[in-house]
Order: sequence, then structure tokens, then C-alpha cells
Amino acid sequence: MAMTLTEKILARHAALDAVEPGQIINAKVDLVLANELSAAVAIGVMRQMKGADRVFDADRIALVEDHFVPARDAQSAKIAKIMKDFAVEQKIKHFFDVGRGGIEHVVLPEEGLIAPGELIVGGDSHTCTYGAFGAFATGMGSTDIAAAFVLGEVWLKVPATIKLIYSGKPGEMVFAKDIMLKTVGTLGIDGATYRAIEYHGSTVDELSITGRITMANMAIEAGAKNGIFHADAKTIAYVTERTDRDFVVEKADPDARYEQVIEIDIGSLEPQVACPHTPDNVHPISEVTRDEILLDQVFIGSCTNGYIEDLRVVAKIFDGKKIDPRLRVIVNPGSQKVWMQAAEEGILKTLAAAGCAVNTPGCGACFGGHMGTLGDGERCLSTTNRNYVGRMGSPKAEVYLASPATCAVSALTGRITDPRVAVPVGV
Amino acid sequence: MRATLRGRVHKYGKNIDTDVIIPGKYCNIIDPAELGKHAMEGLDPEYTSKMKAGDVIVAETNFGCGSSREVAPLAIRASGTSAVIAKSFARIFYRNALNIGLPIFESAEAVDAVESGDELEIEPAGGVIRNLTKNQTYTAAAFPPFMQALIDAGGLQSYVEKRLAERV
Repeated sequence: MAMTLTEKILARHAALDAVEPGQIINAKVDLVLANELSAAVAIGVMRQMKGADRVFDADRIALVEDHFVPARDAQSAKIAKIMKDFAVEQKIKHFFDVGRGGIEHVVLPEEGLIAPGELIVGGDSHTCTYGAFGAFATGMGSTDIAAAFVLGEVWLKVPATIKLIYSGKPGEMVFAKDIMLKTVGTLGIDGATYRAIEYHGSTVDELSITGRITMANMAIEAGAKNGIFHADAKTIAYVTERTDRDFVVEKADPDARYEQVIEIDIGSLEPQVACPHTPDNVHPISEVTRDEILLDQVFIGSCTNGYIEDLRVVAKIFDGKKIDPRLRVIVNPGSQKVWMQAAEEGILKTLAAAGCAVNTPGCGACFGGHMGTLGDGERCLSTTNRNYVGRMGSPKAEVYLASPATCAVSALTGRITDPRVAVPVGV
Repeated sequence: MRATLRGRVHKYGKNIDTDVIIPGKYCNIIDPAELGKHAMEGLDPEYTSKMKAGDVIVAETNFGCGSSREVAPLAIRASGTSAVIAKSFARIFYRNALNIGLPIFESAEAVDAVESGDELEIEPAGGVIRNLTKNQTYTAAAFPPFMQALIDAGGLQSYVEKRLAERV
């Protein structure tokens, strides 16, 4: 039976010849991920499960401390310790403490823990990021993660697949983030609920691995279970540089059945902005800049846009300039490795000289937890993935989402600005 | 999910996301009672002071979208809320709610008909929702057979314990 990419991966992990949408399967997992928030709850659940003394495979679990880092308060330190003690007790090799990891979804691919054809579940909704590598990856809550910790299996309903075909070459200052914001705006916030998204087309074939990460990362913003790209030579080169384990590169059958096929032309796409208070409230920059939208904070980082490629774009725009005195800019390199690379390339110095606060890698600012929380009446332009009410702090604050380039240019002017108009050439 | 549930309606809109159900700053809390004090705070800071044990949250489509935080359904349950009725639920929230034992019901009919303050009585087993204020009865969608079997077996924890016992 012809299958989509997601169906193929699920069938193999369920030891079935074929699966179809709606079917409930029991699938083996290659990796189970949790951060200190989801792990603390999952560990508590696991402790209550009779007979669940050990994890199914200590080398197939990754625990990353990244949400309230360095510990915001005693309670945050407490849950981090619950996870660390568990890692020691269960002899979990892939445990990343503060200073040795960073944001989970940036760290795992860097460490070679993600490969094409694999099945990954994580106690974080942005686990779907790993679809960038041709893997099936989805987020779950802590009880499901506890079950996966001990069984090494999860039950899943096979999702129907939406095929997105992108064509056209992105114009000046149009990045993967703009393409994905446009996609979320097109699908709507629940347009892909219970569905898989399969990304196709010449535009995404040309994207870098980082660009694909940005797009897979935000599949959940349309409600999707997973968002997946086909692995190609770029993917294989990235992965084999980081791991020597075997993996299976799957491919959707040419006659696979898709619930919907949507074609998106990128050739004429402008930079995009998601306006408050949902990530599907997406508008082209020329429309958004009709009003003067002054900013109190610009945030650059997250599992969506905290990669070295993103920081290079920002540093090029900031080089030798100062950010507008009316606002603050907070930058979180996505991981310790990104931080070190940025240091080596002089990016951190450029950012600091422009007036940015450069923080420890972590998730805090994105979800209003720590290190960059917004106050009442404040407005932020951010490279992150969500802008719900209160997402970055006060429910009386506003969050706009855009690409690193749009964020950086706007940081120089103090207001949301079209990066095509106000930028140095050649970025 | 067998006993009859009874309480007044607090009605909200569509796309009620987990960030408003339990704001990120509280996500390092693991004590359910403490979480319950902040349920729905991002959307309606008065919720926990105006609600009474047994009350029911009613919302439009895509309830619980966003993050995978299991503390979202935990906070609602710990606040004393007996159930959530919505036209649809976001995928991760749906699994989490069932896993932690927060009764949830899909019923567009009920959502369209009820108003805040209405007194509801819910029979979880049959998915029957009675509006005592308006003297109406609505039906919730049945759970898919697999989910119902999981619920009947005592939830995911019992399922895992059974699977582990089979392996020995």
C-alpha cells in the first residue's frame, strides 16, 4: 500500500507492513526526550507505576535542563535536581546540565541524537523540530513520557498527511521563518490538528538544515502532530558528521494518499509578521508597518531561531551600529555550541557592542519563565514561535513574531521595520 | 470518569491555549494544589475565586492548544473544576487530560447552547450533559474505542503496569 513519509516511519516502528490514517498503533521509540519541567512530572508518575524501576534503555533517553536556567529560584533548582538525580540513578548518558547543553531541540541534533527515519517523542511540544531530519517526532505530556521511559513504546493514532508544496525563490530578506509564518497563517492555528505536515518543493529543497529546523519547529503552531522533510544529501552530511549509527532514509511513495495538497508560492512573499495574540495572525510586513509599532524589547533566540545561522544574520545587521535607545535586545544563543561558535566568529562581541544583553542558552524568555519577561503594556518583537496572551510574561504585554533579520533591523529603528527598506545590502 | 458531575458553567472562547490555562512562570510547580490556585489565570484572573468545586469550563474549538505542559490539565483539575466541554481539543491536551483523569467532553451542541452560570449535570459514561437551568439535554461525542478501552482499564498507568507484568 502506498504510504506517506510519516506512515512509512510509523509502520516500520510498529513492525507492520503498512498503516493508514486513523489506525492506532504501538510504536517503538528510538529516543525519549524530557526537560526539567516535563521530566519532574514524568519521574513522579513513573515512581507510582508498579514494576517501573528502570528506564527501557538508558542510552535512548535525553534529559536537558533548559527552561528555567540557570535556576530562577529554589523551586526551579528543585525540579532540576529531581531530573539530575534521576539521570544519575538510571545511568542516563545523554543528560545535559546548564553550561553543557542549551535548548533541547538545538542540542539533540548537534549531538547526533537525531537521524532520518527515527521515531522520537519528547515532553515538549516543539519536539516536532526533528522532522527537519526526516524523522517522525512529536510532543507529548509527562504521563505519556513516563510510559515511554519504561516501555520504550508509545501508542499513536496514525495521522492523515497534509502535503505542502513550496515553489519560487525567496526574495531579499525573506527567510525560512517568513515561509513558515506564512504557512501557519494559511493553515490556521488548528488547521493541521491531528495531522502530519509533509514539506515538499524546490524552495525547501534549497533551504539549509537550519531553515528546515525553523519550519519543522513551528508545525505545532498549526496544531500538527508532526512536520517532516525528506532527508537529502544535506541531511545525511549533517547527521553522519555527528553519529556513526545506522539509520534508514525513508521516502514517501509517489502515489501516497494525502488528505490535502496545498501549493504555496514563495517568489512574491514579503517578510511576514505574526501579530498578537495568535501565531496564525500573520500579515506581510508592508501591511504591519503602515502603523508605527514601537517596541520595548526585541528577543533573538529559541528553538525556532537560536542557531548560528540566525546569529550571523543578526550580527551582520548590527555590525558597528547601536540598537535604538528606547528598547532592549536580549539574545539567547540556542546552545553552548552555538554560543562558542558565535564567540569564535566575533558575533557575541558585535552583539554586545551594539547594546544587546547576551544570555545563557535556554528557553526562559520565550515562555515568560525567566531572563527577559515582559511587563504590563510592553511590546516585544521576537524570533520565537508563540505569541499567545501572556506568553512572554504579562497578559497585558504584546508579542509579535518575525525572522531574525526583521527583528534585528527593527531593533535599530525602535519600531517594527521592513528589513528590505532599512538594511545594509548583502545580508 | 463514572460519577455524575455537577456544577455551573464558566464559558470562554476558542483557542484557549495552555499559556493562559497555566502561565509559564508557574510551570516549575509540581504540587497540584499549588497549581490549582493559578488555573486559567492568564485568561481570567478571577476564575479560581469565583468558581466553586464541581464547576465546568465550556469553550469553543481547539481547547488546550500550544505547549505540551501536563500541568495545564493538572491545574484545572486541582482547581476543583469537574470537567471541560469544548467543540474540539488540541491533540496533546486531549491525551494529557485523559492521562491525568480530567473529564473532557466534545459537544458542539452543548457549547452553542449553554451560557455562563447555567447549572449542568454530566453523566460521563454515556456522555449525557443536562442543562438544569435551561432544561435541555445534549450528547457528547463518544471516545474512540481505543481511548475508551484505555479509560476503562484505569488509564495509561494501569496499562503500563499491565504491559510490564506481561514482560516478566
